[in-house]
Amino acid sequence: MTAEAVDTDILHVAREQVLERGERLTYDQIVQVLQTSDDQLDELLAIAHEVRMRFMGPDVEVEGIISLKTGGCPEDCHFCSQSGQFTSPVRSVWLNVPELVRAAKLTRDTGASEFCIVAAVRGPDAKLMEQLREAVAAIRDSVDINVAASIGILTAEQAAEMADMGIHRYNHNLEAGRSFFPQVVTTHSWEERWDTCQLIKDSGMELCCGGLVGMGESIEQRAELADQLGELEPHEVPLNFLNPRPGTPFGDLPVMPANDALRCIAAFRLALPRTILRYAGGRELTLGDLGTRSGLLGGINAVIVGNYLTTLGRDPKEDLALLDDLKMPIKALTDTF
Amino acid sequence: MGAHDGAPLASDSLAASDGLAESDSPVAVFCPRCGIPLEHGDHTVCRAALALEPPRYCPTCRRRMVVQVTPSDWTARCVEHGETTRSTWAPA
Ligand code: SF4
Ligand SMILES: [Zn+2]
Ligand SMILES: [Zn+2]
Repeated sequence: MTAEAVDTDILHVAREQVLERGERLTYDQIVQVLQTSDDQLDELLAIAHEVRMRFMGPDVEVEGIISLKTGGCPEDCHFCSQSGQFTSPVRSVWLNVPELVRAAKLTRDTGASEFCIVAAVRGPDAKLMEQLREAVAAIRDSVDINVAASIGILTAEQAAEMADMGIHRYNHNLEAGRSFFPQVVTTHSWEERWDTCQLIKDSGMELCCGGLVGMGESIEQRAELADQLGELEPHEVPLNFLNPRPGTPFGDLPVMPANDALRCIAAFRLALPRTILRYAGGRELTLGDLGTRSGLLGGINAVIVGNYLTTLGRDPKEDLALLDDLKMPIKALTDTF
Repeated sequence: MGAHDGAPLASDSLAASDGLAESDSPVAVFCPRCGIPLEHGDHTVCRAALALEPPRYCPTCRRRMVVQVTPSDWTARCVEHGETTRSTWAPA
């Protein structure tokens, strides 16, 4: 069988297996999708879009994210400018509760239904848990928005405490496929991340779990991440494209080619037909305006609007205008409760 | 953390040689992204990158600034030269 025959076949398989029968792609099939040619990209994205529309509908979930504690993290995730182990120029800083509430209000004003509070830590200590409790209470008091959090590796008690605070979704990424992870992080293991993800699911909070692509992983390792996420079945998968940060071990890696990024989006959608698939960091740099549009027509059904934790995003108005243009309504807050 | 911890590489000598006295609007001497003097090297990449990231080094004294990014804004504070926000920032 020629390579072309294999490629043509996988698109047919994807249509029949995922779109018609609702079954996610297997690892080998994801590898084949990631190996499709540029000539097949439009067809691949069209299938992924049909899958998204069939199982998730046209709505797009909009989220804002905020850093409660920036920088000074003891972990060594090689893509991250917030690690205290590298010579990154990012300095440590905490945000106060009034500022968090203000940011939540401004995020809500964009129509967003999600507001995620993030801290650069290995896991929370008592002080951070207390600050989070205070922040979540203040936001829930005055802003109509779902509050999510991402503050690292948890114990079962901490997960239960966070569910009790009213945090409805918790983000903890696998970051990379299991076999590639040791080249990305050495201070904790992939298994520790997996275990925290299971704790979150057991706690009753929704699990948000994704990762990054474009870190020098092979196609197979990229497929592995999508497949392992498929096995985990998170409620949401944020897909980041490496934005090489000065001073980090991955700071000199090239930006991922846009077509590879789009193939990833489609592959992740076909591996996760019923999961919220969110554009996260790096999309502006990797895809630009045109690619951002293509991704929304290729499987993405959620966006982070505005700035990220240490880098900047597009003006939210541009994203909202694009959604309007694509006739993709913003997911309403009531739909998410 | 050595030089990256905001070592006071003050710009006195450069300012003096440029004939620039202290003024209300400090002169940008250092690249706000990489911290290297603007007159050394090519900062084209840094300038482009600053469309999608806040400044990290004070352009006047090269100290690392304390930067807070929020969904709709950012602030960058130099202990010596005060706070800048997106709306008051004049890229070097
Ligand atoms: S644990 Fe999070 S904040 Fe810390 S280095 Fe890793 S990615 Fe960055
Ligand atoms: Zn520079
Ligand atoms: Zn300064």
